[in-house]
Amino acid sequence: MSSLGELRRLAVRRREGASRTKERYPDNKAAYLFLLPWLIGLLGLTVGPMVASLYLSFTDYNLLQPPEWTGLGNFTAMFQDERFWNSFRVTVVYVLAGVPLQLALALALALLLDKGMRGLPFYRSVFYLPSLLGGSVAIAILWRQVFGKDGLVNGALGWFGIDAPGWIGHPDFALGTLVVLHVWTFGSPMVIFLAGLRQIPEMFYEAAAIDGAGRARRFLQITLPLLTPIVFFNLVLQVIFAFQAFTQAYVVSGGTGGPGDATMFYTLLLYKEAFTELDMGYASAMAWFLVLVVAAFTAFNFWLSKYWVFYDD
Amino acid sequence: MTTETAALPRSPARPPRRRARTAWQRTRSIAKHALLAAACAVMVYPLLWLVVSSFKPNADIFRDLSIFTTDLTAENYANGWNDLQYPFGVFLFNSSVIALGAIVGNLVSCSLAAYAFARLRFRGRNLLFAVMLGSIMLPFQVLMVPQFIIFKELNWLNSFLPLIVPKFLATEAFFVFLMVQFIRSLPKELFEAARIDGAGHFLSYTRITLPLITPALATTAIFTFIWTWSDFFGPLVYLRVPESWPVSVALKGYLDAQSSSDYGSMFAMSVVSLLPMFLVFVFGQRFLIKGMATTGIK
Repeated sequence: MSSLGELRRLAVRRREGASRTKERYPDNKAAYLFLLPWLIGLLGLTVGPMVASLYLSFTDYNLLQPPEWTGLGNFTAMFQDERFWNSFRVTVVYVLAGVPLQLALALALALLLDKGMRGLPFYRSVFYLPSLLGGSVAIAILWRQVFGKDGLVNGALGWFGIDAPGWIGHPDFALGTLVVLHVWTFGSPMVIFLAGLRQIPEMFYEAAAIDGAGRARRFLQITLPLLTPIVFFNLVLQVIFAFQAFTQAYVVSGGTGGPGDATMFYTLLLYKEAFTELDMGYASAMAWFLVLVVAAFTAFNFWLSKYWVFYDD
Repeated sequence: MTTETAALPRSPARPPRRRARTAWQRTRSIAKHALLAAACAVMVYPLLWLVVSSFKPNADIFRDLSIFTTDLTAENYANGWNDLQYPFGVFLFNSSVIALGAIVGNLVSCSLAAYAFARLRFRGRNLLFAVMLGSIMLPFQVLMVPQFIIFKELNWLNSFLPLIVPKFLATEAFFVFLMVQFIRSLPKELFEAARIDGAGHFLSYTRITLPLITPALATTAIFTFIWTWSDFFGPLVYLRVPESWPVSVALKGYLDAQSSSDYGSMFAMSVVSLLPMFLVFVFGQRFLIKGMATTGIK
């Protein structure tokens, strides 16, 4: 079961358990000892920093002088900054284009790779490999050359007599190359879809076949509905992770977010504000805005899931 | 299988199972394999090109984009190794130390937390479990600035500690969740038996849980390796002096230093940096695919 499924189950159980009499907790002491490292991390590296960055977001802070309270100053400055909105736009385009394309491709290939098909382990490995390597600097460097002026893509287009510009250096296409890179790493959701497909009981298909359902019908009424929770789970997490994409944009643009801020991802601008400009307060404000945006997208996904995700419990 | 079916007395009553595939099915199967093979080729071509190009003389890399060539040389590797201020071996060593520390940290801290969540009944379990799951989804940018300040105050900048110590505090909740799932699937009787024999929770953790969850531990180790090996952001923030760079940041150095057009050595060192990940993929694939199917996290 996925982590989202767990959360959902916990929410349901909490409501049920509210009226029940309190159980005894025989393992309290042992449990907190086992959890000690995690609890220290939770308080010291997660909860504490969250509170701190919320505070810093209302201050001016450059690491050298003590933070100075400015109220909503960072936020108003942020909302008036064209560069901020540009980075927001770039990131949203990346998420809205990259995530659905990647998941659609992953789903299509998972469906194509039938159970027990010949060569399945081979295909699966080949499709999975890029998703493991895709986050590395080496691949980002490779991407620069693949989509460069004299790169692989233009070499291939040259056979068809098409003379294309350098994609990486072109303000209209640079972001597109990063979307392609994201789509290229469709292997990991594909593997999750494959596992999900395998969990659908064979009995459902047999029963449907006896009832005379054809291939298309079985796909639309058994495979697809039973796969929707997994698609949903992937969608939610991939959206959250895609908003935080950093390395590829940083390396492919040579650390500039260029050309002309075309690949200035939100996280890239945030990094620059924090560690180049040393504007820690402004960076914290940006980080909290990102949390709100990601939460809003996630909430929207959950709301939308009522209309298309099938839970049989 | 066919003979078995034939031996059954009932089988003649049923229509014979179609063994021979129709021409239509065969065509479809061939078309499918052709499509998949083409997709594989497109997926892998850039990687093959990178590897082949790293063995080409510099002038040839962009003149001839094909991967079929006989004019191969290892000189890019010799040049690239010493292109930066320190030999590439230093960066490989740094990456290895960070990865090893992170693996040990994740294995110890995540398995401890997972044991508690999966096996123990304690006050606040559901709430803490929900918090743990929720932390997977929290954008780390919101922690970035205060964490940097903490590690700076501890004087840990330019050391590996900011990249290793958090792993000993189970900050990567995915792995806690992965192990919880695994421990829950173990038969309860094992733990009952151990308890009756007088084993406390510590023994039940070390003697029963750990040996039985080795597949989950392997998955954790492999994912931790791949993630820390390719991590760029952490080292970029915390490691500012070249002698402390891991391969990810060092490779970026090749990009900056590339005033000439020495693509060969950059490609060669890219291949060197990918090689350990590739080997881990080849030998650990089984665990990776299983682990991903369990937690659904890339």
